[in-house]
Amino acid sequence: MMKKRFLSLALAAALLLALPLPALAEVEVSDPAYYERFRGKNVSINVHNWGEYISDGSDEGMDVISEFEALTGIKVNYTTFATNEELYARLKSGGANYDVVIPSDYAIARMIHEGMLEELDFDNIPNLKNISESFLDPIYDPGGKYSVPYTWGTVGVIYNTQMVDEEDLGSWDLLWNEKYLGEILMFSNPRDAFAIALKRLGYSMNPTREEELRDATDSLKDQKLLVQAYVMDEIFDKMLGGEAAIAPYYAGDAITMMADNPDLSYFVPEEGTNRFVDAAVIPVGAKNKEAAEMFINFLLEPEVGAANAEYIGYSSPNDAALELMDPEVTGDPIAYPPDGVIEKTEFFIELSPEMSLAMDKMWTEVLSSDEAYSKWLIPIMMLVAVAASVSINLLRSWRKRRDREYADRPVKKG
Amino acid sequence: MKSKAAAFPYLVWMLIFILVPLGLVAYYAVTTPDGTFTIDYISQVGEYTPVLVRSVWLAFLATVICLVIAYPLAFIISRHSGAGQRTMVMLIMLPMWMNFLLRTYAWMTILEKNGLINRFFAHFGLGPFEMINTQGAVVLGMIYNYLPFMILPLYSIMTKIPNSVIEAAQDLGANARKVLTKVLIPMTVPGISTGVIMVFVPSVSTFIISRMLGGGGNLLIGDLIDLQFLGNAYNPNLGAAISLVLMVLILLAMSITNQFGDDEKGDLLK
Repeated sequence: MMKKRFLSLALAAALLLALPLPALAEVEVSDPAYYERFRGKNVSINVHNWGEYISDGSDEGMDVISEFEALTGIKVNYTTFATNEELYARLKSGGANYDVVIPSDYAIARMIHEGMLEELDFDNIPNLKNISESFLDPIYDPGGKYSVPYTWGTVGVIYNTQMVDEEDLGSWDLLWNEKYLGEILMFSNPRDAFAIALKRLGYSMNPTREEELRDATDSLKDQKLLVQAYVMDEIFDKMLGGEAAIAPYYAGDAITMMADNPDLSYFVPEEGTNRFVDAAVIPVGAKNKEAAEMFINFLLEPEVGAANAEYIGYSSPNDAALELMDPEVTGDPIAYPPDGVIEKTEFFIELSPEMSLAMDKMWTEVLSSDEAYSKWLIPIMMLVAVAASVSINLLRSWRKRRDREYADRPVKKG
Repeated sequence: MKSKAAAFPYLVWMLIFILVPLGLVAYYAVTTPDGTFTIDYISQVGEYTPVLVRSVWLAFLATVICLVIAYPLAFIISRHSGAGQRTMVMLIMLPMWMNFLLRTYAWMTILEKNGLINRFFAHFGLGPFEMINTQGAVVLGMIYNYLPFMILPLYSIMTKIPNSVIEAAQDLGANARKVLTKVLIPMTVPGISTGVIMVFVPSVSTFIISRMLGGGGNLLIGDLIDLQFLGNAYNPNLGAAISLVLMVLILLAMSITNQFGDDEKGDLLK
């Protein structure tokens, strides 16, 4: 999943309207006739994706949206979101209409569970054959009926080699190492933060019992004393500027950061880590399901998949695309870790509603654990405020009465 | 009748975009996801007392400091002649032309461990001082962002006080302290109460300042509400309940300051 920078999220206009200029279709597609189906029918689709999560033609890459429009004559309205939770809230409230969205694994599981997704018609997505077999029956979407994988990656620890000793590496314990007091950054979203704490304690990242969460909470509270800040995208700034020494983050972004600051390095902790997949799905209520499937199929074209993987920096599940890519990229053990690492990874799956609620509550507890107040404080505060308000009123009316008495008093003549 | 007709568009606006959403917040706060009545969510808010207290306390600090800074400044500006006044008011407004997030982001680079201030002190072998990711930094962010909202109402009421009033007080033997406490402050109470509300209300409900300058570890009530909607549980009912409690608190604060305002205005500005 890609948590893009908060600033760009807030500042950038959500709408990235594709250029109306007819870009020449240069992409080599497997079945050109298939893409002609909607030409001239004035069809448009709404695509909703993570920010900066599709090759847009910068750096001499492919402008995927324009290429698709030129190839098919379908108009694409492309918009972006910043977190799975934001996307979920948007779909749940029903205010928007999308044909293709690209959430992460656990969000997909939840949407399937709540009947928010359409089953895909794979006759319209022949390019599924390009996808690596290991992605075809994922735990978040058993049977792969609802989703088509787009990118994947792992979570690891990025650290500054100038500030961290070699012998401390290798385990999640690094994030709890007292030597690095005030130098540690931590995820600010509960799911990722709890996953690390749970894994370190030897539990599953998908807790099913409240005691596991309780243990993780205690351990996160211990860690809080060492943590400099709870952040997401600020990790880029803080790690690049040497503001912090250690941070957990996504492999694809770690590669980007290491390219900008040679002091940074990355490892995947031996306890195992989270592996995530972002996949394309079609929400219930999509107006042009067939056109949406055509778009998904286009994303799976080898050339398109390669262009996207190179632009985003995350790993691609598309075997045919990998063959087209620079072997230096596809041979990078950070982006494409060896089997030994993959074996120990775990997907996020949907938590039960009770676990979700408990996790949010305990996360609040972690973040505000340094102070304790009596539970009576708020009611008493409110009472005091009401009392103050009433007494001010009384004082005022008393003063008014007094003033009137003064005014009414007959003036003595001397 | 005419004036009523003119107000009609605003009434419709108010109904659709203020009253209906408020009603929805209240409705969500007292119902379960299936729509049955419950007060569980409201009583759950009590569990977040530390967060509420911290928000109110930090917002209170920011408001008091804003008042202390803004009051003399507003007075000085109001005593200047036309051109000087306009320039200074312009300078106060100037930062507000920039995006709120950018302004807060800039403070991160100033306060960081490798930030401007610490690099400056490092030249003299001092520091590094821990400034960012503290409650102090959050209060600083609130003061910086909301100070203009305190200065402007104070300034606009102070320009209405003629110099002759102050001179009259001095002629009658009042020293500087007496002029301030007996003349200036009572006459500017409406400005003070407006300023206090304009600073306190956004401060108490902010979430981005605490996230960027407080390092995420200093959770405020705004962050908590944000977490209910965009956290992993998606709990709009609890979020609505917290918002409702916050609204009640703000309403109380406002009614208190308003009463001060009405009281003194009736006495002195008539």
